[in-house]
Amino acid sequence: MEDEFVLMKGNEAIAEAAIRAGVDGYFGYPITPQSEVMEYLTTAKPWERTGMVVLQAESEVAAINMLYGGAGSGKKVMTSSSSPGISLMQEGISYIAGAELPTVIVNVVRGGPGLGTIQPSQSDYFQATKGGGHGDYHLIVLAPASVQEMADFMELAFDLAFKYRNPTMILSDGAIGQMMEKVKFKPQKKRMTEFPDWATTGKTQDRERNIITSLDLDPYRQEKFNEKLQKKYEDIRQKEVRYEEISCDDAEYLFIAYGTSARICQKSVQLARAEGIKAGLLRPVTLFPFPEKTILSYADKVKGMLSVEMSAGQMVEDIRLSVNGKVPVAHYGRMGGVIPNPQEVVEALKQKIIGG
Amino acid sequence: MAEYTTVNEIISKENLVYTKTKVLTDNVMHYCPGCGHSTAHRLIAEVIEEMDIQSKTIGIAPVGCSVFMYNYIDVDTQEASHGRAPALATAIKRLWPDRFVFTYQGDGDLAAIGTAETIHACNRGENITMIFINNGIYGMTGGQMAPTTLLGMKTSTTPYGRDQALMGNPIQITDLIASLPGTYYVSRQAVHTPSYVRKAKKAIRKAFEYQQLNKGTSFVEIVSNCNSGWKMTPVQANRWLDDNMLPVYPLGDIKIPEEK
Ligand SMILES: Cc1ncc(C[n+]2csc(CCOP(=O)(O)OP(=O)(O)O)c2C)c(N)n1
Ligand code: SF4
Repeated sequence: MEDEFVLMKGNEAIAEAAIRAGVDGYFGYPITPQSEVMEYLTTAKPWERTGMVVLQAESEVAAINMLYGGAGSGKKVMTSSSSPGISLMQEGISYIAGAELPTVIVNVVRGGPGLGTIQPSQSDYFQATKGGGHGDYHLIVLAPASVQEMADFMELAFDLAFKYRNPTMILSDGAIGQMMEKVKFKPQKKRMTEFPDWATTGKTQDRERNIITSLDLDPYRQEKFNEKLQKKYEDIRQKEVRYEEISCDDAEYLFIAYGTSARICQKSVQLARAEGIKAGLLRPVTLFPFPEKTILSYADKVKGMLSVEMSAGQMVEDIRLSVNGKVPVAHYGRMGGVIPNPQEVVEALKQKIIGG
Repeated sequence: MAEYTTVNEIISKENLVYTKTKVLTDNVMHYCPGCGHSTAHRLIAEVIEEMDIQSKTIGIAPVGCSVFMYNYIDVDTQEASHGRAPALATAIKRLWPDRFVFTYQGDGDLAAIGTAETIHACNRGENITMIFINNGIYGMTGGQMAPTTLLGMKTSTTPYGRDQALMGNPIQITDLIASLPGTYYVSRQAVHTPSYVRKAKKAIRKAFEYQQLNKGTSFVEIVSNCNSGWKMTPVQANRWLDDNMLPVYPLGDIKIPEEK
């Protein structure tokens, strides 16, 4: 598969990329629209190829706590799920953030609330970027917009997770998970043979025992720890912002969209320009950290911004915070698993920003 | 801090027949005096020292009174979320197959909120050792009903006694687990008398040794006391345990490997 393109679903690309990234363990529970991840892995038998452990857990609660254990013992571990399953994982994710463990969690989002629908959605933005579980914490959040990025972000997600000792979420959606595109994979990476010095690998004579916990009953020490976490998030905000600009140079209007919506908006930019409207697209690649400075820098250059999301409007709040009233910002979205078409996005721009 | 003399300073060398295992730290335990948790910790630490596996052992502490197990047993330890210790242990053992992995859980942790993780780890036959402290109550949160609370027993959430019609029966989780083909060794022990302590230690030792065979889960229940939660003196609690807990949770091996 090296150096050549293959045709694959986004979910399958995640799985193959995980094997190639040298992941030590995958723990998951089936849920549409991402079950192909574990199906691909159990078919590919990576335990024969690289020694990777693959286990179907009894629930998402168990799966995330398997990650907690595996990551605490210094290994590269990951899970994937979709919205209801990710909700079930939130306590565990909070523990993982609190214990500062590197893990990767893939959310192939479907529409909610509740059991909702199995169709694609982007309505888990708040949950992914604001913490999701209890306590003051953040995940690093990557938003792929193609099958190729599903593959590429796997290694990036682990690099960031280990660099900052922080869980990383790949926030995808049912469309990118299910659609087939050509994708090229990186060569097979070796699994780790050296492990972080904080990991529970067995206490040897030359060191104190390692303890993985998020507990400290002393409020002042707990506050200090929280301050340390916040410093880390600030560091991430400074160094890890990623985004893509499409036709932004001369843009008078900006679509801001990620994932599937960004792909739709790419077409909307063309349609708008064909009508003489100078539109551009800013695509956040990291949702946390959010490209707030870049968005602010456009506040002086454009006449208005339209956040396009498959939700009731979640990222739009971060855009508004970024520009702080300097420029009109509106939201256009479809909910419940409906994907907007490029023309209706252009109409929304006209109605909500240009005409507004 | 006040000056105090340790027992070891009083005992003359020739009379010293027993010392604390090196695998227990010098930290003063936070457990209520007389609580079985401290004895259970000691037995685990002694077994780890005697088997010389400290550098290969990874422990999982629960949420409950024993949440701070890592302050006392000197091995690499992870503190799980409430009920999920077997999930953590599953992953660690599969990722580190040559390590000794053990979980330590109370009855609320193992048999209420964590029932699914308990049953499924045992059903998969995870090659781990599970230590289960059954004191029939939620110690840490102030004495609420546990799934193992006896019928008629008063707790802060069953102030008139556990009523079977309202709250069901005390769960026999260990027998349930023994019925699963994934478990290799299942035993129920106690630690409130010296002879029970000796038997419990043997069971814990076996439960650790069996990990080397790769044949499935080893599970040791310890029927224990919670004098604070039960609102008794330590002596009263141990008597009450004999008279009331043991008839419902009889001691002994429940499942032993077939000798060949
Ligand atoms: C998700 C969650 N729910 C509830 C609690 C509160 N809680 C902490 S310990 C505990 C019960 C502990 O009882 P048990 O497992 O029997 O252990 P013991 O304290 O008796 O040793 C509960 C309900 C928690 N920490 N997390
Ligand atoms: S509350 Fe009960 S279980 Fe907890 S330390 Fe005290 S006696 Fe032991």
